Amino acid sequence: MDRRAILEELKKVLEPYTENKELLGNIDEQTDLVKDLKINSSNLVDVIIDAEAKYDVEIDFDSAEKMFTVGSCIDVIQEKVNK
Amino acid sequence: MSRRVVVTGLGVVSPNGMGVPAFLDAIRNGVSGIRHVPQYEALKFNCQVAGLPQFEWERLKNYVSEVTFHGLQGRAIAYGLMAAVDAWRDAGNEAGGDQTLWDTGCVFGSSVAEVETVKKIFNRVDAGEARKLGSRVVEQFMNSGITAYISGKLGLGNRIIANSAACATGTQAILMGYEYIQQGMAKRMLVGSSEHVDPYIFAAFDSMRILSRKFNSEPEKASRPMSRSAGGFVPGSGAGALILEDLEYALQRKARIYAELLGGACNSGGQRNGGSMTAPAAPGVIRCITDALANARVRPESIDLISGHLTATAADTLEIQNWCLALERNGCNFPLINSLKSMIGHSLSAAGSIEAVGTVLQIRHQFAHPNINLEDPNGEILKLIDLSRMPVKKVDTPINIVAKANFGFGDVNACLIFSKYNQHG
Repeated sequence: MDRRAILEELKKVLEPYTENKELLGNIDEQTDLVKDLKINSSNLVDVIIDAEAKYDVEIDFDSAEKMFTVGSCIDVIQEKVNK
Repeated sequence: MSRRVVVTGLGVVSPNGMGVPAFLDAIRNGVSGIRHVPQYEALKFNCQVAGLPQFEWERLKNYVSEVTFHGLQGRAIAYGLMAAVDAWRDAGNEAGGDQTLWDTGCVFGSSVAEVETVKKIFNRVDAGEARKLGSRVVEQFMNSGITAYISGKLGLGNRIIANSAACATGTQAILMGYEYIQQGMAKRMLVGSSEHVDPYIFAAFDSMRILSRKFNSEPEKASRPMSRSAGGFVPGSGAGALILEDLEYALQRKARIYAELLGGACNSGGQRNGGSMTAPAAPGVIRCITDALANARVRPESIDLISGHLTATAADTLEIQNWCLALERNGCNFPLINSLKSMIGHSLSAAGSIEAVGTVLQIRHQFAHPNINLEDPNGEILKLIDLSRMPVKKVDTPINIVAKANFGFGDVNACLIFSKYNQHG
């Protein structure tokens, strides 16, 4: 699964947690989930749980802590998918 | 200086009407909200009927953000939030501004937190999937879940309290809000209560054999307060909310005033003198009513209408007897008395606030709603009060002062005295 494909799927995971949907239109790998997308930090847990279901992977707590930008989310998901 | 407290907003989620206009129409016309529940038949409950609001989950989107909507499951939270925000808007306020409203608090109660949500937690945890619970379950199983959602939505910044006193919860919440305003602690209080009787809670009452079980094929006839054929109560769900406001504050902002809350009382019989976990002690009930009258500075002969607790059990006769003793009135001299439970069943913690909304509407529109299903009045009750005091059709009559009481498990009592608003007091 390449980074582009993961990004497209990731948008769908982030969508329910993003109040202002317009912000999702121009996300890139540098986009910060909390600072840029204004996702409530407590919801990052739910993003990870949803991502686990979406990509059929298990994301351990240590990996999850790295997932604060779109790019770092893709890094972790790619690593788990290709394992 | 003695502060006066008035009602400026109402909200209701009732089995016989969603929102105040539909609810008003239903209580005027004696519309039942009791329905057969196929699931309860399948579960082999003795009672297979319930009062369930015609609630569409999608409507919640008008009350919370999309992000909050995603992951919200709690029904009692949904009902309570809807009633509370409706009441807030009904009082002429905007919902969801940026400011914290330091002068406005909330007392909103329930009996049990979201049992169905808790069940999902059990299932996940027992399956070894604890890590998949996510961030949204704690806020929904905590007892203060409803007040947290309400105060967050409206930015309420005064005291935020989730109270619980079984079937007296709603009445008690209203009294607590009244007292904070009276003491000058808050200018406005959003008060009320909410209940979702899910199959698990329902089953627990069913097993006590105190529910109506002989009218499963005629659901609208199943709740029969004060009748000879009353064979137990019908559980109901819903929520009621009122905006209580310091009169001066309400006048300043030119708010519409529905009614005045003159006072009330809340006590317990101490589970002595005939009182128990499940039965109220007569001395406690009588004292609660007389204390409420004294607190409100109202004489017993001024009461025009009683909105009773009257659940349709053997306790109905005892309740009427207690009212007779407390007011020293009986026969034809007894006030009019009605039970909203004849139409919507008994919604436990929500009963007090839904019935209080009904009480305020009867004052506002000057009528007493009918007791439906009162086809065979209980002979023991007829020895105490005249048949004409228990209307079976809507009565258009001056309603100046109403006593609203509820009595709950644990031998707890609460009584409120509402009045038509008169600018000279």
